[in-house]
Amino acid sequence: MHILVILKMVPDVVEELEIAPDGKALNTDYLRMILSESDDHALEQALLLKERHGGNVTVVAFDAPEVDDTLFAALAKGASRAVKIVGAEPGMTTSGAGRLLARILVQEPALLPAGLVLAGVQAIDDLDALVAPLLAHQLAMPYLGIVTRVALDPSGETASVLKEYPGGVRGEFEVRLPAVLGIQGAEKPPRYVPVAKVRAAMKSQKIDTVQAPALTGGDLRLVEVLGMNKPQLTGHAEMLEGSPAEVSSRLCEILAGRGVF
Amino acid sequence: MGTSQVTLESLLQFPEGKEILTCLQCGTCSGTCPYGDVMEFPPRRMVAMLRAGMLDQVFASDSLLACVACYACMAKCPRGIRLTEVLLPLLKEQTLAHLSEVPAELQKALQSTLRYGNPMGEPSRKRAAWVKTASVPIRILAEDPRPVDVLWFVECYTSFHPRCQDNSRATALLFHKLGIDFAILGNEEKCVGECARLTGEPGLFETLVDYNMAVFQKYRFKRVVTSCPHAYSALKNLYSSIGFHWELEHTTPFLARHLVRLKPLLVRKLGYIVTYHDSCCLGRQNDVYDAPRALLQAIPGVRLAEMVHNRVNSICCGGGGGGMWLDTYYKAKGYERLSERRAKEAAATGADVLAVSCPFEVSRFEDAFKVLGYDKRMVVRDVTELLAEAMEA
Amino acid sequence: MTGEIWVLTEQWRGRVSEITYENLALGRELADALGTPLVAILLGSNAKDLAATLGKADRVLYVDHPLLEDAVPQVLAEVLAGLAKEQMPRAVLVPLTNVGLGVGSFTAARLQAPAVNFCKDVRVHEGRLEASCVMYGGKIESTVALLGSPAVLGMWPGARPAENGRAAASPAVEEIQVVPREAPPVRLKKYIEPETGDVDLTRQDVLVAVGRGIQARENIELAEELAQALGGAVCASRPVIDQGWLPLSRQVGKSGLTVKPKLYVALGISGAPEHVEGMKNSGLIVAVNTDPQAPIFNVAHYGIVGDALDWLPAFTAAIPRRKSQHA
Repeated sequence: MHILVILKMVPDVVEELEIAPDGKALNTDYLRMILSESDDHALEQALLLKERHGGNVTVVAFDAPEVDDTLFAALAKGASRAVKIVGAEPGMTTSGAGRLLARILVQEPALLPAGLVLAGVQAIDDLDALVAPLLAHQLAMPYLGIVTRVALDPSGETASVLKEYPGGVRGEFEVRLPAVLGIQGAEKPPRYVPVAKVRAAMKSQKIDTVQAPALTGGDLRLVEVLGMNKPQLTGHAEMLEGSPAEVSSRLCEILAGRGVF
Repeated sequence: MGTSQVTLESLLQFPEGKEILTCLQCGTCSGTCPYGDVMEFPPRRMVAMLRAGMLDQVFASDSLLACVACYACMAKCPRGIRLTEVLLPLLKEQTLAHLSEVPAELQKALQSTLRYGNPMGEPSRKRAAWVKTASVPIRILAEDPRPVDVLWFVECYTSFHPRCQDNSRATALLFHKLGIDFAILGNEEKCVGECARLTGEPGLFETLVDYNMAVFQKYRFKRVVTSCPHAYSALKNLYSSIGFHWELEHTTPFLARHLVRLKPLLVRKLGYIVTYHDSCCLGRQNDVYDAPRALLQAIPGVRLAEMVHNRVNSICCGGGGGGMWLDTYYKAKGYERLSERRAKEAAATGADVLAVSCPFEVSRFEDAFKVLGYDKRMVVRDVTELLAEAMEA
Repeated sequence: MTGEIWVLTEQWRGRVSEITYENLALGRELADALGTPLVAILLGSNAKDLAATLGKADRVLYVDHPLLEDAVPQVLAEVLAGLAKEQMPRAVLVPLTNVGLGVGSFTAARLQAPAVNFCKDVRVHEGRLEASCVMYGGKIESTVALLGSPAVLGMWPGARPAENGRAAASPAVEEIQVVPREAPPVRLKKYIEPETGDVDLTRQDVLVAVGRGIQARENIELAEELAQALGGAVCASRPVIDQGWLPLSRQVGKSGLTVKPKLYVALGISGAPEHVEGMKNSGLIVAVNTDPQAPIFNVAHYGIVGDALDWLPAFTAAIPRRKSQHA
């Protein structure tokens, strides 16, 4: 089966996020980009399915800082093909990017057909849309999100998919293929790939680039960012300071006062 | 020496590789290995499997994850086979590649080292944040690139870990009081990569080497002094063959060289019984045993007590070769923590202080003391911390 | 074009969830500010009774169909979008929860309408709808304007207190016949309940929660000791559960349980919205984290900057002493 995995680079929150002088975007001076965490799980899930059932995995991503490292790592992990979309309008919204991506998937040879299109369930910067439902809508495919397990039925026409609900409950769904799934977590944590293997992939494999076509109607931009700020510390915690013994003693008093004991 | 060019295939083309074939199978290596009793393939068996062409079985087992790269096997081998330096990293590389799942903490440490230049996953832009807490000025080369005598390579734990920052602050104070002309790389500094290589990640090591050598070329300095024995070991034994040509010392021999000027500054009497733990990289691998002891004995009131296993026989704290990030893994397998084994020896000396000279050891031994209940009567201090304490009026 | 404010009722397994009432409270404010009705949209199968609690709305639009039983996002969105296309409300508040994730995106896509995610607040400003959205794991707040109608607002839990969205009186219910186009190619086969025989977190007075900052499986023992000393149980944020260090039934947050204990001690938990959602209404929240900027300190009542592993033993030891003083 051919599995498509959509990867997106998002701001790396380990490095402290700063806001740009105009107050409407992130300061890119120190910004680093990292693969969206649930996309990493989507890739892992795809690789697990490939190992179980054969077939191949194609990863697709928009050009972004550090995306090449991510794509080569995906190839080193076992993806057969990596496609980078270049020339798209910078700063696209998720909905604009999703519509453009759907167009490219249809136009470019050999991206579709796919039995499964996997994407992370949600990225930390998905302000105005989620990629997976958007793609499902554009490609007229069934969708299920918050997926934590995918098992292909022997017929190859359906998949048994586990979705997470509140309270630790899970739902087992039958999904007709081809389908788009928003992956919350793969069955195993995303695998480690030795750096030497990634470096070898950089030498021996290549990333296919695809020129982004114009988006019909443009990026609609129906959501306008008026400003960004670090959250107001309304109702910030009262901070307790001192040695562990001092703090513990103070906290015990507080708890006793609140009737906890 | 170029051991980083050796591969399993090419092993026998190198003298170090051919040496391996002269193994007597005496078993001294396995006997001295701190985890030799729990490994499926302790060192002796690894060599036997190599010679029998059956390394696949070794790679399919996770045995090599228990190797903490302590150099004990290599130090005791009657043939002088360069186990830890040559063979083990190659076997560990294959083991890592064959594991169906790399233990989570180790995976995160390796990925963080690649991405952020430190295994803790701390942002690189915070690496020099500790400098603000030092009591003396510390020059950062990126801000002031004038030539300097000593490039102080602080390293990861000493930069980020709160307890190891005590060591850094103490070191800065000592340098300052001795009038040393020094500077640090600050946020430009990244891990030297010794642990990466000895965990089985030569690719990660090479990436760090490339980066670090480029940074070194940017500035002008006479010598490098580092707080981390792992960094010292790699810079001395591995980086040297690829262009690292500067004089190099770990902080303890460097300070010991300045003992004539340092001694008068040690005014405070510390009435401690101190037992010194020889770290693997500084001690066994690079023969630095006397300098730290000389420093400790220069402190008024300090009496040294030796542990049963000292100097070349020192028992590893368990932090090398990836062990620093495999404690949960070892615990799940029921292995005794090496740091606890060693902590018991330390306590048996009746000492008040366990003195160390490797940043890994502070947290490892403090944890061990907590677990064993020794923390009421013993503390762990880096040699530099004790020196700084003795300088306070 | 009705210009109404709509709130999509989240009903699952026969119950209306808290977030519905939160959104009704917010919806009421918006509707009043715009001088327009507030309508609750209820989609389900034999679920009409649930409309009785939606009285904060001026009326309920109810659609009944067997296909709406299982909350399949595409089916819900098809119906919702169909209604919205016809009636052109000003805005639709859609819960961003495990039950309905995706409904907002589908609806907006079908309507070619603006959508936002991660909303924690919405207001009317100079006649325009503006939302505060929590992004980047809680680290940045964006204020956004919705340019177009209907605006599909993906609501994060906690926008308003749920009490403010309840009302004593039952609303008028208008039932509309809608037939979703065809059986969706997504079919629920069965629910899998979490392992039983374990602690019921929702019944605990004290919870000691561990997050990534607990660092290793065996450190959870320290949390267990504290929980025991306090007479409570240990729970965890998602990363700890993912590692397999605690079973799924101990997970608090978006994919786990919502809890309201008297005391919630958060150890090494950063405070990302997904977790906070599950515990924000706890009586007293004490957080320990090495990062003074951790978002958890915004929701905690008391905070300690430090390593939980250092602090835990001292606290656990102090409790029996304090208790015995008061015995």
